[in-house]
Amino acid sequence: MGFFFQELVNGVTTGALYALVALGFSMVYGVLKLLNFAHGDLYMVGAFIGYFVIQWFGGPAALSIPVPVVLLIMFVLAALVVGFLGVVIERFAYRPLRDAPRIAPLITAIGISFFLENAALLLFGAQYRVYNTSEFISFSSGIQIGSVSIDAVQIMVLAMGLALMVGLRLLVIRTTLGKQMRAVASDREAAEMLGINVNFTIAATFFLGSALAGVAGVMAGLLFNQVTNMIGFTAGLKAFTAAVVGGIGSLPGAMLGGLLIGIAESFITGYVSSTYTNLLIFGLLIAVMLVRPTGLFGRPQLRKV
Amino acid sequence: MSGEALPPTTAPDVDGPQVGADEWVARRAQRHEYLPSWLGAAQRAAERVGWWPRLAVAGLAGALLPLLGLGGFQLQVGIDSLVIALLAVGLNIVVGWTGMLDLGFVAFFGFGAYTFALLSSAQLGSHAIHLPSVLSIPIVMIATGILGLLVGLPSRRLIGDYLAIVTLFFGEAFVEFTNNVAPGVLGGPNGIVGIDTVHAFGHQISTNAGYYYLLVVVLVATMAVLRLLDTSRTGRAWRAVREDPLAAASMTIPVDRVKLMAFAFGAVVAGLAGTIFAAQQISVFPTDFDTPILIVVYAALVLGGSGSIAGAATGALVVYVIYDGLLRSPTYSGFMFYGLILLTLLAKLRPWRRLGLVLVSTVAFGFLAHAVAQAISHTWVAGAPQSTGFVGAALRDWVIVPANPQTPGKFGFVLLICMLIALVQVKGVWRTILLVPTLYLASFTWETVLIASPSVTRQLMIGAILIVMMNARPQGLLGTRRVEVPA
Amino acid sequence: MTAADPTQPVPAEILGKDAVPTPRADSPVLSLSKLSLSFGGLRALADFDLAVNDSEIVSIIGPNGAGKTTVFNVITGVYQPSSGDVRFAGHAIAGRSPHSIAQLGIARTFQSLRLFLNMSVLENVMAATYGHTRATPVESVLRLPWARREEREARALAEEVLSFFGQRLAGYRWDQPAYSLSYANRRRLEIARALATKPRILLLDEPAAGMNPAETHEITDLIGRLSDERHLAILVIEHDMHVVAGCSDRVVALDHGVKIAEGRFDDVANHPAVVEAYMGRDPEALAESG
Repeated sequence: MGFFFQELVNGVTTGALYALVALGFSMVYGVLKLLNFAHGDLYMVGAFIGYFVIQWFGGPAALSIPVPVVLLIMFVLAALVVGFLGVVIERFAYRPLRDAPRIAPLITAIGISFFLENAALLLFGAQYRVYNTSEFISFSSGIQIGSVSIDAVQIMVLAMGLALMVGLRLLVIRTTLGKQMRAVASDREAAEMLGINVNFTIAATFFLGSALAGVAGVMAGLLFNQVTNMIGFTAGLKAFTAAVVGGIGSLPGAMLGGLLIGIAESFITGYVSSTYTNLLIFGLLIAVMLVRPTGLFGRPQLRKV
Repeated sequence: MSGEALPPTTAPDVDGPQVGADEWVARRAQRHEYLPSWLGAAQRAAERVGWWPRLAVAGLAGALLPLLGLGGFQLQVGIDSLVIALLAVGLNIVVGWTGMLDLGFVAFFGFGAYTFALLSSAQLGSHAIHLPSVLSIPIVMIATGILGLLVGLPSRRLIGDYLAIVTLFFGEAFVEFTNNVAPGVLGGPNGIVGIDTVHAFGHQISTNAGYYYLLVVVLVATMAVLRLLDTSRTGRAWRAVREDPLAAASMTIPVDRVKLMAFAFGAVVAGLAGTIFAAQQISVFPTDFDTPILIVVYAALVLGGSGSIAGAATGALVVYVIYDGLLRSPTYSGFMFYGLILLTLLAKLRPWRRLGLVLVSTVAFGFLAHAVAQAISHTWVAGAPQSTGFVGAALRDWVIVPANPQTPGKFGFVLLICMLIALVQVKGVWRTILLVPTLYLASFTWETVLIASPSVTRQLMIGAILIVMMNARPQGLLGTRRVEVPA
Repeated sequence: MTAADPTQPVPAEILGKDAVPTPRADSPVLSLSKLSLSFGGLRALADFDLAVNDSEIVSIIGPNGAGKTTVFNVITGVYQPSSGDVRFAGHAIAGRSPHSIAQLGIARTFQSLRLFLNMSVLENVMAATYGHTRATPVESVLRLPWARREEREARALAEEVLSFFGQRLAGYRWDQPAYSLSYANRRRLEIARALATKPRILLLDEPAAGMNPAETHEITDLIGRLSDERHLAILVIEHDMHVVAGCSDRVVALDHGVKIAEGRFDDVANHPAVVEAYMGRDPEALAESG
């Protein structure tokens, strides 16, 4: 029984990670109706940034400044840089194609994803970069509930994930920018005619979504330790699954989907075997798509004939 | 809504002179379809000849090419690019004609290869089948076609992005499947080796030259079949479904069935490519059918022209020759890199004066930069350009190559991307001015890092092709520009 | 004006022109009975009845949002009705897929044009012959004699249908891409394409939209000719009363999904409910009624 809860905890933590990536992905889909295949690779960039921050300050075993400060810098820097990168990608690759048939930005996104993965390979090499989190955040600093242990990193990921999700929800519901984002997602032309600066809103959405992915990347580095240029690809696939299962374009759906995928992954790995995990998750996605293509929370789009 | 009678209107004079709005639009659209300058003139001339003569000429040229003295690895490149061409032509059915994004297409290729491997090798141990190719190839094609039908089933309810994801996952699932499931039968990561060659009635094809000719014949035959399809009711139905599925359905076209047919035919072609690939390689591995190959095929289709059979094949040949060429000796890839840049400049930079100015300025800029760098510190220019041979010698005193080229090269790479983006944004004289340092930087990046990691560089190139083509010329080199009603 | 009872012969006074005996008046080519459709809470059609006979031209009028195109969409299978019946030549067709309904003989045009823009004019029309041709892909590729004959016949049909429009869509236009056509020609092409499906009834959704008076006159004549020369039943949605008056045998008025009048053009046009639907209620009358 303890095993079950341990896997549950692990699953929820990973799920929070996937939820963050899925959120950004869903946000971008909402405003642009574009599946940004490159989104997962932004997460990868964030993970690398976190790694280089650690190296800059002396490496995991000999940090020259206190751990919380390093963590703060990692997260903030990843959010800013990856957010900015997202804005740049939108501005130069997707904006010219805004009125083009849907197939064009999709193919461009695939190109960007491929390009990012290989650029990272070129710049950072093929060897795994290791965070060695245990060197600066010891495993024993965490809490223990019965036979279930939740270490400090997991607590941090959960707390941050929750805070970010709540923050994003508040932003989307309460602020003007959030309203503008929802308006643009609903009907871009009408939003433009109402005086909303659509270009800025879309750029802001990209910034936020990409920043979330960047932060998730740092979390991934802390949790999973290993960073390489292809982690974005797999995480991206899982984020797609999460966003689609939850209902693409729906933010609560993305969060729920992320959690579901994380938990599913954890249980399948724990109880069945890790070899089949990816296969089963893909199968789950295909099943959901066939049975309920709009996902759990998505609304079917009505089109006037 | 009054009760009065409506005022009468007069009948128009139908036979009188009409202002040629329609003709002007048609002529103008035609002019813009073609490639710029002399390439366009060549296209128009070729078009007057007719599609079938063009195919015959191309096929003949392909068949005669080895006689020019190609051997060894060049034949292998030829074989591989013909396989990619076959794949691109098959993908064109699904993406170009019917407008569905199938991101799992390479799984059909893999399925064809693996099935052929199982039917024509010792893999099944005591149940080993060694079917003659006359039997196994058609069986594989039909089986892959059926798989195509199954994979296409979601297309009835899913459109666009959703279908793309599902097919992508199917493609991933295939790789995972062949990697992990039933290793005794499928060989796991070590794949299946010892596959029979293409053989029938006592003869077999066991040389590269043999496979090359086989592929030329197969490709030409496939292109012919697809052309016949395109000009028949099936082809019209495919294209109508891409244009407007609702209107197509209202005009008696069974849209779901037509989509399934597209998937099936695409899969059949991919399966065929898989069989020949497996026979020629004598082995198949899961990694042969992973995402990079899918993206190469897409790049081929996008570059050549989605929607055009000739475009798909041409794009594949161009993309693959470069893709593979970059892996060869540094001399070869150097020729390719600089040659491509020069070709692009030749095609796009007008007038000739401007082109000459840019080239001369770049050369001068280079020497100046090199001299300055040398003056600052010897280690800055201590390295040697990675390009060997003629190119390397020419560049020795021109391009800056530091003693430890890796780190500056990487920064140069990032800077190059930024400058290329900036280049797209500026116009007119600024663009010409910016072009000079950009060209130099490109050479710098190439000589320091890009050439040293050719496998990564060629992937970068593929990604760049997708991005640039979609933005600059979405119809590809040989495709026709599409008019879309914004959804 | 009460709704016409589809089981009874159409009385002469309902027909606006000199009464021409309708063939098989007991079996209209298209009959809708008690057709209702709701989108969630929005009631698009409510108990809509309509009968159309062979070679008859019926116009549907009504303000925007009245549900006119919805009627077309239900007939052609794009929407499934919530309740009610759609019968074509006696067969119930509600619930069938659009392409099988089209194959039965119901063709339509769209309010906002839906041409196959990147295909040529001829290909647009030939694509619509799909349902009445049977060559499989393999047979097409092998160019079997009967497949070739079928293709020739399809092409002949397309050319004949295009020539119906005279010089407008004449020979030299056939290989031009559809996007190069002017607006009026695009509307004509859409009608031509619909004709290629060998329909018994043609549904025209605002065929004169965006046309100048000369073109409008042409379209009105065209609709008349279609009915006379090709013996088609035609159901027309129109806002332009010149067209409605000029070609209709019968007019049906719709508002908020409900039929509010039916009969000759003059009767329907002056019907108080119809006037009110278009113009709103007279403010003095409004004040009087409190």
